Amino acid sequence: MTAALEVEGLHKRFGELEVLKGVDLTAASGDVIAVIGGSGSGKSTLLRCINLLELPNAGAIRVDGEELRLTPQRDGSLYPEDRHQITRLRAQLGFVFQNFNLWPHMPIIRNITEGPIYVLGLSKEKATARAEDVLAKVGLADKRDAWPNQLSGGQQQRAAIARALAMEPRVMLFDEPTSALDPELVGEVLGVMRNLAEEGRTMVIVTHEMRFARDVCSEVVFLDSGQVEERGAPGQVFTNPSSARLRQFLSSYLEVPAARDAAEA
Amino acid sequence: MIDLHGFGNQLLSGTLVTLELGLVGMGAAVLLGLIFAPMKMAPLWPLRWIATTYTTTIRGIPELLVILLVYFGASRFVNGMADLVGYDGRIEISPFMSGAIALGFAYGAYATEIFRGALRAIPKGQIEAAQAIGMGRWITFRRIVLPQTWRIALPALGNLFLTLLKDTALVSVIGVEDLTREAAIATGYTKEPFTFYFAAAVMYLLLTVFCVIAIHYLEKIAGRGYARGDT
Repeated sequence: MTAALEVEGLHKRFGELEVLKGVDLTAASGDVIAVIGGSGSGKSTLLRCINLLELPNAGAIRVDGEELRLTPQRDGSLYPEDRHQITRLRAQLGFVFQNFNLWPHMPIIRNITEGPIYVLGLSKEKATARAEDVLAKVGLADKRDAWPNQLSGGQQQRAAIARALAMEPRVMLFDEPTSALDPELVGEVLGVMRNLAEEGRTMVIVTHEMRFARDVCSEVVFLDSGQVEERGAPGQVFTNPSSARLRQFLSSYLEVPAARDAAEA
Repeated sequence: MIDLHGFGNQLLSGTLVTLELGLVGMGAAVLLGLIFAPMKMAPLWPLRWIATTYTTTIRGIPELLVILLVYFGASRFVNGMADLVGYDGRIEISPFMSGAIALGFAYGAYATEIFRGALRAIPKGQIEAAQAIGMGRWITFRRIVLPQTWRIALPALGNLFLTLLKDTALVSVIGVEDLTREAAIATGYTKEPFTFYFAAAVMYLLLTVFCVIAIHYLEKIAGRGYARGDT
């Protein structure tokens, strides 16, 4: 069976700094993969390279078996050969940003219909019907005519998820989707993502939410200085990590609740 | 009431010409601004060089001279080009067209700078969100960048338009029968300069007030969704 998303030997340099040193990632249909790692480990860059918001320096990207054709440039970065192919593949990779990036000059419903109308070529009626469906799915049916800045951060992020869903992507990519949210708003966004996982959506999630990674994801990938240091099922990765770096990384998360428990006792 | 000695209609038609000059000139300026501002930010240096040469040169020459140069230069240039492609006839460029083109040319340099600032003020994430969904460059520009550019640029563009509207008076030197020229003609007949220049001043003021209201209305439309509770 062809994988929904396959990344092979991805390298990325920013000047002298090598951020990704050959990363492989395979997501079969229905996989929910959490990418964890410290700041500067390259996890966001990995996600941004997958849909070419950053151009990788080497490596291959395949969506549903279709390889993105890239040619090396003089400066060493790979450049897409075919604009139409990029457009098509990007439409199959839904991307959710840390800062939502809703378009402030149009109401929520139009934020969601823009892609289906101007990229997929749907009629306005069809796109609107589809937008209403996905809005209901993320629990924002009543906000269809609101403007982005009238919504809370959690609602904005859910609307941004709906915008990505409306393209009916093969794979959803989440770049720290809850990192910009107030703590009490994190739950509603994770709830939506959990529903998507249960629906069988293929997702790659860069996150700091370890509990979510443990409970919802089928695989956890630990990235450390641009390389995959450890990967496996969440049960194994969280309870019995084999790499020292991962143990150290996880302990920094576990200490916080432990300290809180101690304070409450 | 001021006695206009029957020149009221001429003043009105001059006012109309002034407004037309202002609108056509502003349209041309906005168009040039939208062409040169992205060029100034282009990765290719020849594009940047052309745009920078344009804005630097034009902003360094008095508007009156730009108008005279375009008026006396444009027909020569156009006919020279026509000769090159083998067209024998003579192409006349009316004083109105010369004036409007010259104003657009002069103010296009300022519009370029206004648009450049507005384009830079749009967060990169807005454009990335469009790219991530698969929008190409042109659709991203038209649907995401341009509408937000308007909102940011409008106050400065409105200001530019008011300045341009008054600078249309300069165009009277090449014989366009605008408000200032009509006032001068009426003065020549009646020998009452104060009456007619005062009347012209009142007309300019009325035009400006009218435009200020229109600009305010446009800003309100462009600002929809930005103020909380404002739909």
